[in-house]
Amino acid sequence: MSTPGPNRAEAYSHRPVPDARQRDQGVRRTVMRTLIVLLGMSLFTVALVPLYDVFCEVTGLNGKTGGSPQALVSEGVDSSRLITVQFITRGSQGLDWRLDSKTRQVRVHPGEAHEVMFAFRNQGVEPSTARAVPSVSPSQASLYLRKLTCFCFQEQRLAAGELIEAPLVFQLTTDLPESVKTVTLVYTLYPVEANAEAQQASIPASKGGQA
Amino acid sequence: MTSHLPPKPTAQHSQAVYGGAAAQQARPPGLLRWLLTTNHKEIGTLYLIFSLTMFMVGGVFALVVRAELFQPGLQLVQPEFFNQMTTMHGLIMIFGAVMPAFVGLANWMIPLQIGAPDMALPRLNNFSFWLLPVAFTLLLSTLFMPGGAPNFGWTSYAPLSTTYGPPSTTYFILSIHLAGISSILGAINIIATILNLRAPGMRMMDMPMFVWTWLITAFLLIAVMPVLAGAITMLLMDINFGTSFFNAAGGGDPVMFQHLFWFFGHPEVYIMILPAFGIISIIVPVFARKPLFGYASMVYATAAIALLSFLVWAHHMFAVGMPLEAQLFFMYSTMLISVPTGVKVFNWVTTLFRGSISFEPPMLFSLAFIVLFSIGGFSGLMLAIVPADFQYHDTYFVVAHFHYVLVPGSVFAIMAASYYWLPKWTGHYPHAALSRWHFWLSLVGVNLLFFPMHFAGLAGMPRRIPDYALQFADFNMVSTIGAFIFGFSQLLFVAVVILCVRGGEKAPARAWEGAEDLEWSVPSPAPLHTFDTPPDFQPLRRH
Repeated sequence: MSTPGPNRAEAYSHRPVPDARQRDQGVRRTVMRTLIVLLGMSLFTVALVPLYDVFCEVTGLNGKTGGSPQALVSEGVDSSRLITVQFITRGSQGLDWRLDSKTRQVRVHPGEAHEVMFAFRNQGVEPSTARAVPSVSPSQASLYLRKLTCFCFQEQRLAAGELIEAPLVFQLTTDLPESVKTVTLVYTLYPVEANAEAQQASIPASKGGQA
Repeated sequence: MTSHLPPKPTAQHSQAVYGGAAAQQARPPGLLRWLLTTNHKEIGTLYLIFSLTMFMVGGVFALVVRAELFQPGLQLVQPEFFNQMTTMHGLIMIFGAVMPAFVGLANWMIPLQIGAPDMALPRLNNFSFWLLPVAFTLLLSTLFMPGGAPNFGWTSYAPLSTTYGPPSTTYFILSIHLAGISSILGAINIIATILNLRAPGMRMMDMPMFVWTWLITAFLLIAVMPVLAGAITMLLMDINFGTSFFNAAGGGDPVMFQHLFWFFGHPEVYIMILPAFGIISIIVPVFARKPLFGYASMVYATAAIALLSFLVWAHHMFAVGMPLEAQLFFMYSTMLISVPTGVKVFNWVTTLFRGSISFEPPMLFSLAFIVLFSIGGFSGLMLAIVPADFQYHDTYFVVAHFHYVLVPGSVFAIMAASYYWLPKWTGHYPHAALSRWHFWLSLVGVNLLFFPMHFAGLAGMPRRIPDYALQFADFNMVSTIGAFIFGFSQLLFVAVVILCVRGGEKAPARAWEGAEDLEWSVPSPAPLHTFDTPPDFQPLRRH
């Protein structure tokens, strides 16, 4: 390959050659803009986590219930209809515990407060800590379920072989949609590891992923 | 086979114009040259070789899967290893083969097509390439780790990847992070190049379609790669740092992972098909010897597809459960995408209409693309229908659908592009007979491989299983035979490429008769440095 011939200058002399400095500035500007978009999308991703929680809480889409006691609402009892409330309990792999509901199902009027007892038993040989995590089905019913007392608000620590009984006091509000005839409450037991106190309940936004 | 030769090589600049800078620049010898290169053509070549290597590795994994599925029962591998193979096949093909192939083509051809001397950020370009071998060495090394490679599918749904994932999951996350950073840096580079380095006089609406589709793809990459990075970082923290983003026991929600993943995942499928659209839009007019029909509508259709891709993610999750209103929204928005896609298919067909068509290998692959990609599009429409999706979900029908859009879609487009530009890269035409054999064997193989999967899926065969009920035996046997035909015929492609590099019929600067874009004004093979002085650009008559 030889050096550029004289025809090169002739061929292009009539055309403006872009100023290299101008071009570099353009490139720098474009890169800055794309980096801003990138940063924006990263922040958006982190923000999606709390937004998802808020969205689910408002719409009740994922069937979660509140993590703290709610006040009894006395707006009268709607005795015109009876709702079946079922209780299902599930254990967890790697946790030698039993969780039983003393009552399989109850029929309640909306507006009426009701107490159900649950029994926890640690069948292992070591003391351990666990927590029952609730889920409501159909999920939209979670918006109309008020828990006045629940064992699910805190962890349970049981010595080996220990048995405790804990109450759930709940109320279905009177504005529960007509279409809901049965509400199922599922409690799943999860082991709580000693180092994992921080992971309870809701996740603060500050712990979001760094993209 | 002389039809592809232009009547007379015209408008060819003299070699002397391009030789200058190359001769002056001293380059490090041997392997260091490739490690340190900042030249867009060399980096493009590295990307393409890397992608072809990964295509072969991922192909071997796929053949392990198909060999196991040849007959019902467990013959060759254990279910655990089978799951690792399906997962690694998906990850390697998506992040290691298809995406780097398109980035490689972009590196090679975008500067040539817009008359730029190089990419805007050459050193960054080098870095984005060399991240990839590191990422995929790391990913492949998980196969030799205790507990094996990731086995939860490329979608890495929590809790399969968190609570139940193998210990190597953390390596998988790091390797996808590296591949993601590589994609983001590549995308920034491509945007900066296209927006700032076009030849004087080339307006946006004068750019070749491949450049347009890549510009839009690069924006998609910038927008969604951070979402993937965020989602897998949350996986990492759930696994290693005791957080509960996706862990129900700690107040998290596994479904949130699926939303985050598919918010990335759906634009990702367009990242893998939009550059293919650009390639087809370039090749079809050349071999039909007509200008592309509806250039402007092609640009707007591409942009529309990209925008709509952000509104359809939950159609991957209908079976997870969502309110009726959401199902309707995602169903209709998904179907809406078929409108701009249809615009594209009709434009290609209209470009062919009354054209003077010749059937060189790039055109053969492009025509197969148009037909077979449309089949994949139609099965996508079927999957978009919510009530039907409940039947199709997680069956081989889905496997057939996305392989039809990815293999005779993206991969055939990459093959078409390779055959189209090989004369420019090597200075030689690819071997005519071998490349025809490659095409016809691939075409027969790919259809034998994936078409029966539609029937198996409609009959209820679930995906991601190593064993299956007896009634699916015939379909699977045909699929496996097709898989081996398709897989081994790719060795012909490797042979064609090697032969083409080493010799063959000499190609002139304008290697194909109807080719008018700027890359055909530089000699074949393209010298290392081109367009040191911006070319004299004359807008093509597009309408």
